[in-house]
Amino acid sequence: MAVAESEFPLVSRRRRRLSGRRVASALAPYALLAPAAAIIGAVLGYPLYLLVRLSFEKYGLFELVRHHGTWVGLGNYRKIFHDSQFWHVVLRTVVFTAVNVTLTMVLGTAIALLIARLGRFMRLLLTTALVLVWATPVVVAVNIWRWMVDYEFGVANWTLTKLHFGNFVHHDWFASSLSGFGVITAVIVWGAIPFVAITVYAGLSQVPQELIEAAQIDGARAWNVFREVTLPLLKPIFIILASLSIIWDFQVFNQVWIMLGERPSPDYYLMSIYAFVESFRINEYGLGSAIAVVMVAMMMVATLVYIRQMVKTGEVR
Amino acid sequence: MSSVAPIAPVPVAPTTARPAAVARRRLRRGHVARRIGINLLGLAVFTVMIFPVYWMVATAFKPGRNIQDYKPHWFPAPATLSNFTNAVHRPYFWTDVKNSLIIVSFVVVLSLTVAFLAALALSRFRFYGRTAFIFLILGTLMVPLAALIIPLYITLSRVHLINTLTGVIAMYMTFVLPFSVWTLQGFMRGVPRELEEAAMVDGSTRFGAFVRILLPLVAPGLVATSIFAFIQAWNEFIIAYVFLHDGSKQTITVWLASFTNLHGTDWGPLMAGATLTALPVVVFFVLIQRRIAFGLTAGAVRG
Repeated sequence: MAVAESEFPLVSRRRRRLSGRRVASALAPYALLAPAAAIIGAVLGYPLYLLVRLSFEKYGLFELVRHHGTWVGLGNYRKIFHDSQFWHVVLRTVVFTAVNVTLTMVLGTAIALLIARLGRFMRLLLTTALVLVWATPVVVAVNIWRWMVDYEFGVANWTLTKLHFGNFVHHDWFASSLSGFGVITAVIVWGAIPFVAITVYAGLSQVPQELIEAAQIDGARAWNVFREVTLPLLKPIFIILASLSIIWDFQVFNQVWIMLGERPSPDYYLMSIYAFVESFRINEYGLGSAIAVVMVAMMMVATLVYIRQMVKTGEVR
Repeated sequence: MSSVAPIAPVPVAPTTARPAAVARRRLRRGHVARRIGINLLGLAVFTVMIFPVYWMVATAFKPGRNIQDYKPHWFPAPATLSNFTNAVHRPYFWTDVKNSLIIVSFVVVLSLTVAFLAALALSRFRFYGRTAFIFLILGTLMVPLAALIIPLYITLSRVHLINTLTGVIAMYMTFVLPFSVWTLQGFMRGVPRELEEAAMVDGSTRFGAFVRILLPLVAPGLVATSIFAFIQAWNEFIIAYVFLHDGSKQTITVWLASFTNLHGTDWGPLMAGATLTALPVVVFFVLIQRRIAFGLTAGAVRG
């Protein structure tokens, strides 16, 4: 009995120490996350809250100086929803995104399939080129393309004229917004192809060779092998790449802004440009915020698809 | 799909030997032609993809009279460095390089330190709210900067941080930090927990196990993430463009816009400046491309 009694306090002390440690280790992850959460809350969470609040306020130069907006309820939204230019911009942004994403995905996948069939030397050459393009900063890329399509000394006009595509001497690509967006799409797709091509190529090397051979033995043609074997196996990759491309192309700003010398005409407004111009050129921060809120809401759909696929592929564990 | 496996090892049984041999020969001839065709196609794609980069570097080395000529000069011969000296001697080049470097260093050190701690929590602990935090991180990767810039401008104008590098450093955290957390936790998950647990069984403390086991193993991932954070911050345009008004406070990407004025663009010096801007990024990118490329798609591709 005496022994048992002397053991008792020992056990309870150990238990107390243990539970103390358990509490500490239960709190540890929260302590480790705290700085990141605090910074994200300050630089992302608060601005997002403010963005939504601004979209319900009149916030012009006067309010900017006063540091205080005036509540107007749904006024800003009513204004943009009744503005035909807004709907034009939304439509333009959606079409622009669709064209860019489609071109990026199709060309990127085609190049990935091509890389897989190349000899070793050509493969190395092409992947090196892709990595170089990938590494090129967007601002630099835009300036290169601006130079290539320069109306006077640009290499594009000379080449197209020489190849008898028509008379491109002194052709201004940005006179019409359609051909202007053509150039902008070229910059974006050119810059986005490497990521898609290299990722899909890496995915292709994961497809079991036996499956492809089996399909070929069954008499499947190349296109059918791709559609029936490769495509279903790579579906997760395609979904992730497509949703990322949508997210990136939907918020394109720099390419348009720099390409058009920081003064794009209304024909070139995408949602990001429109929100920016309303805010920083016309000083209607409330209206700009309302446009930006609509933009964020539309982006959220693509983001949900992306996150869902990441969960499905087991990346979020 | 599941019935495919047993078919694979079964050889094609030709009915007779001769047609098969003929077919094989024809196939081989077709095969060679096809291979040449495919490689030529590869060469064409290579040319189209690399040309803009080549054209930038070539233009940068050409003398002005060969740039301002209706007929393109395909090779930079004669070559000159005058565009580079012109670019480097323009107002604010060195100041803006310095600004970029200051901003980038602070952003990298700050975000990597904070991201390291967060990644540790996400990869080494199971706790309530963990999945929610990961969703938050992934979600923030998608918030458009063009939307965020409006409230950021209002906020910074209230605290008088417009036109200061401090404000820009804080704002760069909006996109660098979530990305660093996400990439780093991916690297850390690649290091088996059992290694640390073994060290702890051998009498090491949890902290000791982190320092001696996890840190060295995750070091390459830390380097890769830092470089990627560097690239993102170095390339950023819109925030620096809106928040830094003075030429002496701008970053290198905004400086590139100074080559265009109402009279037109100085293409030679601009291409030289663009080459200089891209150079550190390209060098770093080539170093880490293999490690980092699949951060956003990992799981779907195990490369």
